[in-house]
Amino acid sequence: MRFERREHRPLYLLIVAPVLAVIAALALSGILIAIAGAPVLDAYWRILTGAFGSRLSATETLTRATPLMLTGLAAAVAFRARLWNIGAEGQFYLGAIAVAAASAKVLGDLPAPVLIPLLLLVGAIAGMVLILIPLWLRLRFSVDEVVTSLLMNFIALLFVSMLIDGVLKDPLAFGWPQSQSISDHAMLPKLIARSRLHVGLVIAITLAIVVHLMQLRTVFGLQSRAAGLNPSGAVFAGVPLGKTLMKVACLSGGLAGLAGAIEVMGVKGYVTTDLSPGFGYAGIVVAMLANLNPLGVVLAAIFTATMFVGADGMSRGLGIPTYIADVTVALSLLTMLIALFFTQYRIRR
Amino acid sequence: MTVLFDIMASVGLWGAVLRIATPLIFGTLGALLCERAGVLNLGIEGIMTFGAMIGWLSVYHGADLWTGLLIAAIAGAVFGLLHSGLTVTLGLSQHVAGLGVTLFASSFSYYVFRLIVPTAGTPPTIVPFQPIAIPGLSTLPFIGPAFFTQTAPTYLAILIALMMAYILFRTPLGLAIRMTGENPHAAEAQGVNPMKVRYGAVIAGSALMGMGGAFLTLSAFNSFFPTMVQGRGWICIALVVFSSWRPGRALFGALLFAFFDAFQLRLQTVVEGVPYQMFLMTPYILSIVALAAMARRARVPQALMQPYRRGER
Amino acid sequence: MTVPVLEIEGVSKRFGTNLANDNISITLAKGEIVALLGENGAGKTTLMSVLFGHYMPDAGRILIDGMELPQGKPRAAIRAGVGMVHQHFSLASNLTVLENVMTGTEKLWSWRSGTSAARKKLLAISERFGLKVDPDARLGDLSVGEQQRVEILKALYNDARILILDEPTAVLTNIEAERLFATLKEMARQGLSLIFISHKLDEVMAAADRIVVLRGGRMVAERRASETSKAELAELMVGRRVTRPVREPSTPGALALEAVDVTVKIDGVERLKSISFRLREGEILGIIGVSGNGQAALVHLLSGTLSRASGTLLLFDESIGNLGVADVVSAGIGRIPEDRNEEGVIGEMAIWENAVLERISSSAFSRRGLVNRKAGMTFAKEIIGQFDVRGGGPASRTRLLSGGNMQKLILGRNLHQRPRILIAAQPARGLDEGAVAAVHARLLEARRQGTAILLISEDLDEVIALADRIQAIVGGRLSPPVEAEVADARRLGLMMAGEWHEIRKVDHAI
Repeated sequence: MRFERREHRPLYLLIVAPVLAVIAALALSGILIAIAGAPVLDAYWRILTGAFGSRLSATETLTRATPLMLTGLAAAVAFRARLWNIGAEGQFYLGAIAVAAASAKVLGDLPAPVLIPLLLLVGAIAGMVLILIPLWLRLRFSVDEVVTSLLMNFIALLFVSMLIDGVLKDPLAFGWPQSQSISDHAMLPKLIARSRLHVGLVIAITLAIVVHLMQLRTVFGLQSRAAGLNPSGAVFAGVPLGKTLMKVACLSGGLAGLAGAIEVMGVKGYVTTDLSPGFGYAGIVVAMLANLNPLGVVLAAIFTATMFVGADGMSRGLGIPTYIADVTVALSLLTMLIALFFTQYRIRR
Repeated sequence: MTVLFDIMASVGLWGAVLRIATPLIFGTLGALLCERAGVLNLGIEGIMTFGAMIGWLSVYHGADLWTGLLIAAIAGAVFGLLHSGLTVTLGLSQHVAGLGVTLFASSFSYYVFRLIVPTAGTPPTIVPFQPIAIPGLSTLPFIGPAFFTQTAPTYLAILIALMMAYILFRTPLGLAIRMTGENPHAAEAQGVNPMKVRYGAVIAGSALMGMGGAFLTLSAFNSFFPTMVQGRGWICIALVVFSSWRPGRALFGALLFAFFDAFQLRLQTVVEGVPYQMFLMTPYILSIVALAAMARRARVPQALMQPYRRGER
Repeated sequence: MTVPVLEIEGVSKRFGTNLANDNISITLAKGEIVALLGENGAGKTTLMSVLFGHYMPDAGRILIDGMELPQGKPRAAIRAGVGMVHQHFSLASNLTVLENVMTGTEKLWSWRSGTSAARKKLLAISERFGLKVDPDARLGDLSVGEQQRVEILKALYNDARILILDEPTAVLTNIEAERLFATLKEMARQGLSLIFISHKLDEVMAAADRIVVLRGGRMVAERRASETSKAELAELMVGRRVTRPVREPSTPGALALEAVDVTVKIDGVERLKSISFRLREGEILGIIGVSGNGQAALVHLLSGTLSRASGTLLLFDESIGNLGVADVVSAGIGRIPEDRNEEGVIGEMAIWENAVLERISSSAFSRRGLVNRKAGMTFAKEIIGQFDVRGGGPASRTRLLSGGNMQKLILGRNLHQRPRILIAAQPARGLDEGAVAAVHARLLEARRQGTAILLISEDLDEVIALADRIQAIVGGRLSPPVEAEVADARRLGLMMAGEWHEIRKVDHAI
């Protein structure tokens, strides 16, 4: 048995692949649910109804999907240029804390129409700054950015922990390490009343479309794709490799930072060290499930959020740990990798 | 200055160095073995987490400590099998596959752990490995209590480092592994099957990672809690680069690193006015500095991260 | 009659729809040297890979000393005494010579490598055949010729009695090649049997006892070297008589590009050492040399991807600074890189994207950062039509094109714009004879139209046929130019070996 590269990649395979991958991942985690002694189909039904069964749960799922779309986009744009930014988690936190700091210390008194865009920008810039360190190390010392951006996640989280334990600590939080809340008028408007769903979702979907068009239609999109597919070929064709990677990195880091900013401004209003239940890492899965397509990221983020939100309800009812959602999401990354492989290769005996 | 000197002169510091270094030694050696055969194993963080969990769980359910360690190694090997299936047979991106393995292994660990221990709160404990005083050596002043009164897995880690150095550089098997990491086509042309070598190295390396994780629950602490691995796996990956892919230097690197870590832990208690988070950051910053310093100088295995397919160049 | 050491019986091998080997049978006697002659794609390498067990044949079998060899097992082939010297060496540059040779020769699970015995054996073999090498040298520190020696020693160390060499002279200078063939003859005299693969008529005639000609996957002829001629072999190999176009005399125009004492460093190492050349319009200047002698630095310097450490570059008599790719392209300099797949195209991108990528920022193909896809498609369509690119439309993935068609695409995107200067590095490397002729015709046509062409090549025939003047590149230095009229293979061979000072002395003496 050996694998043979497909000459042509049929379009239907690209659509079927993620669907099959998700089904396979669900089947595999079904085994784990069964081992734990719970009825599998019932568990999945509870996940689905838990995520979409009511108006409230549906808005909750979309609220959860919002930061995932942004971190998913962050990973997708970077991976497409073969820039392995695994630091979205850290960039998320830095974006979040930057917003808290800017609102509390500098900008808080500005009127909302000025303040909100400004804070979003501050969050994005904070994310960019953090990714520039691994990028600089790669360009200057040829250090693999995977490990450095991973390590930066830990540094960023400790940095945030230091700030919310120190200069940004909320004196009214009964000693809990928690940042001061941002001004009320800095909060993003709600999309639907009596829910947590906020305009962040619109921003995320708009950005997905913008990024998609940018990759398809702009010189930068073409060049960053070339840089990812074949760096030496791109250089020979005049693509400024360093500059292009820099722009890609800023876009990626910016999106992740923005995710943090939006989570603070849309949902929490303040920063703690458990603001993100792994949004940065889940973003990698989202990006891969979408096969790095920005529009696919929106759908993949909703699937991932469904698992997370639905698992909460299912867990309460059946006593299955909520971590089953993380397991399913991680499994779907692995199954998606395998599915993608078979869109490129076929088995020959 | 006297504070620094006091810390340096304390037996506790030097005893802690070996204790902190042990999981890093296991993990670094494991990652090094994989990379010598040409496979980057970013599954390490998750595999260590799973090793920590399953080792603890086995002992908690009545297995003896050595069995717990063995089970952690076997579990690591199974994840190694998964990683090699993805990266060797299918030739997928080693970066993404490794991250996938990490995400899966760690979430799976938490799932199993929560299944057994449903409520948060103080996790149940076990009786961990006890220090063994090496007869004769442990009675030496200062050095004895610092270096020769460790738990058994620590001695094992050092032994494995020496063994791995011997195997890689003095045996036909080691040569085959190194050749596979440098040029799998050349290995194949000489009748060595690079696929098998990669499978073997990744499985064995991952078993070591599992043991490194188990050391945390079976010796360093006495219970498991989520996120306890705390990026140690990533630090090991950095240490492999720092060591230039040599087991001896990996041992040295892990000890050096552990020394800084033990030192900052003690410094925290005496230095006032500096947030403790600053100290906790130092291991990660040090890893990045080590990477930057060594990345250009190190002799990377030439076929690292390159999938091998028969007949395809 | 004695049993031949090797018999290949009716071997066929199919890849998809392509029949790479069609019922081929060859025998090899003890002490004999057989040449396997054929163009690229004739099936030579496939046949040898089947013999060595890298591929499973679809039909046929292989006998060694009358015993059938199990299929698809390199290890069995090694054990039976077959040794293979690959064109792209199968060596690890970070390991020592001894380690490279020893890999896989011992039982994998033994407690200790027999290093000292191995060293002794290696030295004995290298003594016996005159293949001198230091066992403890790191392979990456050796020259290409020495690395090939290691590759041969590796096979001999495995007690090979049958040695297969795949295009052994591709990477060697003429002098190194002569030395190699002397060694091969010595091996045959000592009882080894050898097959070497080649497409060079001269060396086949000089070194082989017997010549087997392959064409299109079939064995078309078998001749004793003493009973054939180069002309006959050439015809057998090509099938039809393809005449490569040859340059006609012409008068070159203005000075287009001049380099004066240019030095280029990469990572602190001097890759070009104070080189000088002058290139005029309507002229082809050939730069001949074995690859790896600074050609890459020269191409990149003139392509705008590398800057110089010192020296002057003059473009139409004007001194220029370090130019980027965009500047070079807009100055009307066309560029054909050495390696099509590495640098020439981005295989996973569409043909039209590859056609426009190097001039994407020009107003013809983008405005305010937005790509004009329509203009790109039109441009690609024109290239495809004018340069006869077959195998895909403007939107197809470029990877699907054959080497020849890929090269036509690269030629097309450069020549379509009527460049004033063309930097062509190994433009016909790895192409079949028909495609070579097409590429050469295009270059000559551009020359007629007044383009100044710098032809960087390692193919003597190509340079002799096309170039007006020739300079050799060796170790980053350029020889003084010689006129094509006085350049013959022997003289160029000497130049490529870096012995141009000798020639100069002779010239001056005359």
